This record gives sequence, C-alpha cells and structure tokens, in this order.
Amino acid sequence: MPATHMPTSDTAARSGPGQGVAVALTELRRSYGSIRALDGLTLNIAPGEFVALLGPSGCGKTTVLRVLAGLEDADSGRVEVGGKDITSVPTSARDMGMVFQAYSLFPHMTARQNVEFGLQLRRIPSARRRERVAEILDLVELSDQADRYAHQMSGGQQQRVALARALAIEPQVLLLDEPLSALDAKVRVQLRDEIRRIQLEVGTTTLFVTHDQEEALAVADRVGVMRAGNLEQLAAPQELYSRPATAFVAEFVGLTNALAATVEGDHALVLGTSVPLLPGSAQHGAATVLIRPESIAVTTDPTGRATVVTASFLGATGLLRAVTESGETVMAQIDNDAVATFIPGDKVSLTPRPNPALAVAADAR
Amino acid sequence: MSLHATRRRRQASFRWTVVGVIGLFFALPIFSMVEFTTRAPGGGRTLNTWATLFNFSVIDADYPELKTGILASAGLTLLTVVIMLFLLVPTMTWVRLRLPGMRRTVEFICLLPLTIPAIVLVVGLAPVYAWVSYFLGESSLWLAFAYVVLVLPYAYRAVDAGLSAIDVKTLAEAARSLGAGWLTVMWRIILPNVRTAVLSAAFLSVALVLGEFTIASLFSRDNLQVAINLLGKRDASLAIAAALAALVLAFIVLIAMSFVGTGRRSHRPEEN
Repeated sequence: MPATHMPTSDTAARSGPGQGVAVALTELRRSYGSIRALDGLTLNIAPGEFVALLGPSGCGKTTVLRVLAGLEDADSGRVEVGGKDITSVPTSARDMGMVFQAYSLFPHMTARQNVEFGLQLRRIPSARRRERVAEILDLVELSDQADRYAHQMSGGQQQRVALARALAIEPQVLLLDEPLSALDAKVRVQLRDEIRRIQLEVGTTTLFVTHDQEEALAVADRVGVMRAGNLEQLAAPQELYSRPATAFVAEFVGLTNALAATVEGDHALVLGTSVPLLPGSAQHGAATVLIRPESIAVTTDPTGRATVVTASFLGATGLLRAVTESGETVMAQIDNDAVATFIPGDKVSLTPRPNPALAVAADAR
Repeated sequence: MSLHATRRRRQASFRWTVVGVIGLFFALPIFSMVEFTTRAPGGGRTLNTWATLFNFSVIDADYPELKTGILASAGLTLLTVVIMLFLLVPTMTWVRLRLPGMRRTVEFICLLPLTIPAIVLVVGLAPVYAWVSYFLGESSLWLAFAYVVLVLPYAYRAVDAGLSAIDVKTLAEAARSLGAGWLTVMWRIILPNVRTAVLSAAFLSVALVLGEFTIASLFSRDNLQVAINLLGKRDASLAIAAALAALVLAFIVLIAMSFVGTGRRSHRPEEN
C-alpha cells in the first residue's frame, strides 16, 4: 500500500505568498506495455509549495508531471487541482504553465510574442497584455531581449523566456520538466536560483522534475525520491539527506558508505564504534549501516586498521577512500587542505561520528 | 606549377565540362523550340506565334481548346495543392505526435505512387472515376483526386523534411499547455514553422500537375498538356510555344521555391 505524503505546516509556511493551489495525485497508475511507469503513486502538494521529484531514469518522474499536465492519461487514479477533479480535463483547459527539457520557444515568434501567446489565447485586452509581458520579462530579467527570436538567444535565455511564457498566464500550477538539463553547469546554477527566486515571488505551486539531486535539494521545499513508479520518500531536503527512510534513498541521494555492522537495539557497532540508528532501522543482528562520508572522521595513525587508497581534491572539500582490514572501501570527507597529507598506502583510523544512520538487514540489500 | 594546383585545375575543368554538357542537354531542346516558334513562313524570324499566344482574345476565339486546357490546369493545380496540403500536413503532424510507430507505414503509402506507372494507375482508377463521373459530373477538375495521389511522394518528402527540422512534439505540447486547441496548434505553431516545406510541396505539385498528360488524356479530360497535344495537330508552332511557356513557368516556380522562406539566421550568443 503506497504511503500518502502530506505536506507539513512547516514546508507550507516556507512557500511564497500563497497564490498557488493544492495539488492531489491519488493512486496514479500508468503502464507502457509491460512497463509500469506509475504504480499507484499518491502525492499531495500544498498551495504555493515547490516540490521536486528526483529519481533514476525510468522511475516515472516525468510521467507524473505529464499526467498532471494532461499530456498523458493515467490508466487509473485521480488528479485534483484546487480541490477540483481534472483527471479528464484536456491539457489546453488545465491552466498549467510548463517548461520543457528541450528548448520549446516557438521559433517564428520573438521572446515577446512567445510570452504573449498564452495571453492572446485567453483574450486578454492588448494593453493589459503588453503590460503583463513587460512585467514578466522584467521578472526574468530579459526585457532587453524582447524582440529576439529563439535562434538569437542562448540556451539559458531561451529557458528563461520559456519560464516567463509559462508564468505569464498566471497558471495554477507550474510544471518544470528538467528545464536545466541542456544547460552548462554555471548557467544551470544561476537559473535554478532564478527559478526559486521567481517561484517565491509569484507563489505558484510548482512541481519540478530533475535527475540532478543537487538541483532538487537546493530549490525545493520538499523532495520526492521515486523508484519504480512510486515515491520512496517525500521530505524536506535536510530530512531526506540526513534521515533517509530507505536504503535506496540513502544511496541515491548523496554519497553513502554501506558498512557491515552489528545492531544492538537502537545502536549499531560500525568500524568498532557505536552509532545511533534512525527509526525504521533493522532491530538486531548483522546489518548494513549507511553512513555519509562527512560522518566519518579520519586520523593519520600508523597503527590504524585502514589503508588510504586515494585522496581527491574536490574544490570546497576533499574525499578520501580507504580500505579496511576486512576489505570494505570507506569514503570519508576531509578538509581540502588535508588532501595532500594523505598518501596512498598510509595507515589511518576511521571513526564514525555519532550522527544517526540507517541500518538495513544484511540480506535486505 | 605544383602538382596540387595542376590537380585543382583539372578538377575545375572537369566540373565545367560536366556542367556544360548538362546545360547543353537542357538548353538545346529549348533553343530548338524557340527557333521553331520564331520561324517566318518565307524564311527569317517573326514573333507572331508568341504574340498570338499572349493575345487572350485571339486564343479565346480561335483556340478554345487551349483556353479550356489552361483554365482546367489552373483549377486542377489549385485543387490538387489544397487537397494535398489538407490531407498531408495534419496527417503527418498527427502521426509524429500520436502515432510515431505508423511513420514508416505512412511513408511507404505516400511513396508507393512512385513505383506505379501512370498507365497502371489509370487502369486502377478507371472504375473509381466511373463513380466520380456518376456522382460529381464529367468536370476535368475531379482529376485532382488522381493528381493528389501522383504528387504524394514529392509532397511527402518536402513536408517530412520540414517537420523533421522542428521539434513538433515539444512545440505542440508547449502550445497546448498554454491553452491552445489542436486547430490553433496547427495554424499558429506548426504551419508557420514548416512554411518553407509546405511551399516546396505546393510548388512541386504545381510543376507536376502542369506537366501531366497521361492520366488526363486516357480519361479524355482537358488539361494544358492535352490541349497542347490537340493544338499540335492544327498549329504546331503555337503548340510548341505553349509548351515552352508552360516549361518556363514551371522553371520560374521551381526557382522561386528555392528562394522562398530562406530566412536569415544569426549566431546564437554565448551563455553568460
């Protein structure tokens, strides 16, 4: 039975001015031949909330978005927006703004005409239309590009115009289908912050699909990790990272060490140290404990039981890989200026910090 | 002189020889047609035939079959292009959007007429046209149905190239998410972006219909080529002039096709 994921008052409070509406997806199922893209997915989004869906390729995250947009029909289940059942409402009548992964500006129209398109369809008077277009292009800081065509703009500018076009119609829900994946790393970070700033400003309920966990964790009120057509966990980014509900979530989000341990009640013995366990962990016996690299302290110790394999400089931090006497490879986060002090072959001591970790039965992975 | 320069000069002269031979192949019959249509009865040159061809009152009075043929071909051209576009563009767009698995089948069906000789088409279409004549009358305009089949392969290729150049699915979905119905999507989003391809398809159809003789003749209908054939029995010079005029018109149409819709493209700026 899939879990129902309700927003907390805390996450709702973090959202914008609250112009958005609630979205409820209930028991959605969608198959493509023998492949189940959605397997009874239930997801509730609070008004004005920004939810990101994260997951490996083929987990069904884009299908959720397309079903919500009306671009795909669910085999069964219900889609409600603002309390109204819109399951059988056509895409054109759903009042949703969407930004696509592929560049989707209409090539024969300028940026201004693209943004104006949805307003024309709604028969907004031309004076109001012009005003709204100027307003929204200003919001995405592209007023000076208004008369340019798509082929005259960079990828980042095109996606900002696409965002402006989606927001111009003041949609009930904003849908973002991996809008940053075609952009280079620097523009991606800029635009993702831009998207969050704008979303907070306009307060539209937003569903953001991405395969980039950093992107999801950085912008969303809550992040949903999907697997095989269903949600594994939906939680605030901090909670998702530090208190993963399942081994899949722990391993999918961020780097994780899977280390052999012995569970005794609410603690586990890992690398010779007792570590507190998260609720939902295995209760007793042999288990695998999932520990983040930043939760492992490294000290140079000629009598240590681990041997350094590599020490990598990652910019803001460093990452050390060491092999224990039992043959397990352990990753530990180290200071970037300490990278040079660890030489492959050095003996080190690895000590888990007392941060709560998830333990799963040894045979469950 | 270096070996490289010698080789380049040889290649250039070979290219020009090929161009010259092909040009001669096309130019010689046209030159012969011009020569024939400007012969004066007692020797020398005259433009009387061409003056007659462009004197519509004389054509109307003395060569009614030519006038009928021109009008029929004009009507057929228009009707063929309209039917072809209404049939092909929405179908191909829909197949791309909703039935991508059917693309090969549709392509096969559209290209099939290329492999069927016109005479075989006539044999197959004869019973169909018996019913067309029964329900719609004997007008030559109904040949447009057969002509749509004839132009399908060329029109399909042109439209397919246009649709392949844009992301039809994403553009249609973007428009629909903004509130556009299917008609708006077709009229305001797809068509403007495949304008050049649609014009190419239309021009190719015009050229083909203007030159079509076999089907019209075998079905005993009027069109320009049938009229020219009939005219040839009365006034060979005028018939050749009319044929040359039709040829030049087709050339102009095809040359126009290569210029229409070639929009300017500027460089995409760097990400900043």
